[in-house]
Amino acid sequence: MMSDDELRRRVVEALAEEFELNPEQMGPEATLYDDLGLDSLDAVDMVVVLEKTFGMKLTDEETLRSIRTMNDLFEFLIRLKNEKNA
Amino acid sequence: MSLKRVVITGCGAVSPFGLGKKALFDGIWAGHSAVQVMPGWGHIKGLKSLLAAPVPDFDSKELLPRSLRRTMGPMGIYAALAAKEAVNDAGLDETKLASGSVGVAIGSTTGSPTAYEDFYRSFLPTEAIDQVKSGEFFKIMGHSCAANVCLFLGINGEQWSPVSACTSASQAIGLGYLLIQAGRQQAMLCGGADEVHPSVTGVFDVVRAASCRNDDPAVSSRPFDRDRDGVVCGGGSGVLVLESYDSAMTRGAAIYGEILGFGHVNDSKHIANPHEESMTRAMENALNDAGIDRAEVDYVNAHATSTELGDVAEARAILSVVGKNTPVSSVKGHIGHTLGAAGSLETIIVLEMLARQELVPTLNLDNPDPRCGEIDLFRQLKKQKISTVIKNNFALGGVNVALVIRRFA
Repeated sequence: MMSDDELRRRVVEALAEEFELNPEQMGPEATLYDDLGLDSLDAVDMVVVLEKTFGMKLTDEETLRSIRTMNDLFEFLIRLKNEKNA
Repeated sequence: MSLKRVVITGCGAVSPFGLGKKALFDGIWAGHSAVQVMPGWGHIKGLKSLLAAPVPDFDSKELLPRSLRRTMGPMGIYAALAAKEAVNDAGLDETKLASGSVGVAIGSTTGSPTAYEDFYRSFLPTEAIDQVKSGEFFKIMGHSCAANVCLFLGINGEQWSPVSACTSASQAIGLGYLLIQAGRQQAMLCGGADEVHPSVTGVFDVVRAASCRNDDPAVSSRPFDRDRDGVVCGGGSGVLVLESYDSAMTRGAAIYGEILGFGHVNDSKHIANPHEESMTRAMENALNDAGIDRAEVDYVNAHATSTELGDVAEARAILSVVGKNTPVSSVKGHIGHTLGAAGSLETIIVLEMLARQELVPTLNLDNPDPRCGEIDLFRQLKKQKISTVIKNNFALGGVNVALVIRRFA
């Protein structure tokens, strides 16, 4: 099973490539919109990229809309991973 | 209400010769052909023409931020870079661009065919859209180039996107001319863009109008020549800054030329075939709009795409309008037919001819077709006093456009 650290690494890697971001600026406290400069269209593409990266559907729209920081995103994906493997 | 005079104060180009108008002029004046055999087209069943004049590869990441590129197909990138060069050339600053007095008219044949291909490659096997990125539609929409240029340059005046295949850019220039004449805008970025794609060449191939001279690409596009065998499609974008004479003089801007007349008619005869009388009518309407006599025309830059029907019809139309002593040439031997970009890229070349007082001959015109031969199809670069020119472009769908442009002196 993928470790939490491995998941975080793969999230950073995938989003850095998609959105041409510097991984060093994608720490847990970084906000997706203000710090990393993403917008509503990017949020749509982020879901597409993460679904492809992890091979699972991200359908919890309410939680997705509430994500503000990289850590929020990590926690959301870790919870999904754990639910999937439970 | 008196109409305002309309002048040209800036030009920008992305062409089969590369980025920037200098690369375009260098290629044209050197007499080079940008046509090549396209790698990767050979496996396409039924496609007999493997030729094109694409924009050479370049890294757009260095030139445009991701937030803009995400909604641009290749043609949108070309238009953005050409528009940026044009506004820099004209000296239009950010404040002016954001004033609402500057607009955009940039057309193309369709939205990006490369983006269409990407979408349908993903969609058709699965009939699912959950892997489609958010930017794809914005590359495909018909006003993609104009919308992206406005976004890139912070332009918030009128935004138009004439979509008429090979006359898209000519219509855009004509439209900008009308809007500035009427006082609706002080300046307009006008032009067109297109990108090389096998589906585009395929359109001409299907109707037997594409060159199949795959073994000798450099001589495949040969307007007016006896041995021509069809169109070679190209890609790129040309953007002109049209501006009211008053605005240009107030800013102290350099002026390349003045647009005197615009003729624009549909032939309503055939969806594909050229129509000589309508070509004539477009040129005569442009001359009437300019209020000048046909004897004042020093040069005609022809549409001449290297097809049998089109070149002959245009040669006859030109003969009937300006007679046999007015020099005529086409630059499609050099850069192929850049479709939605043709009207503006070719006008930019014409403006350089006016600046240099030098006429560029038709590349690969070795043996003029006798049916075209009554007009003055000069064969050598020649120094000549040139003041007033007619610029023709015609399109599938029966569209015939002519512009009259005069050197500003």
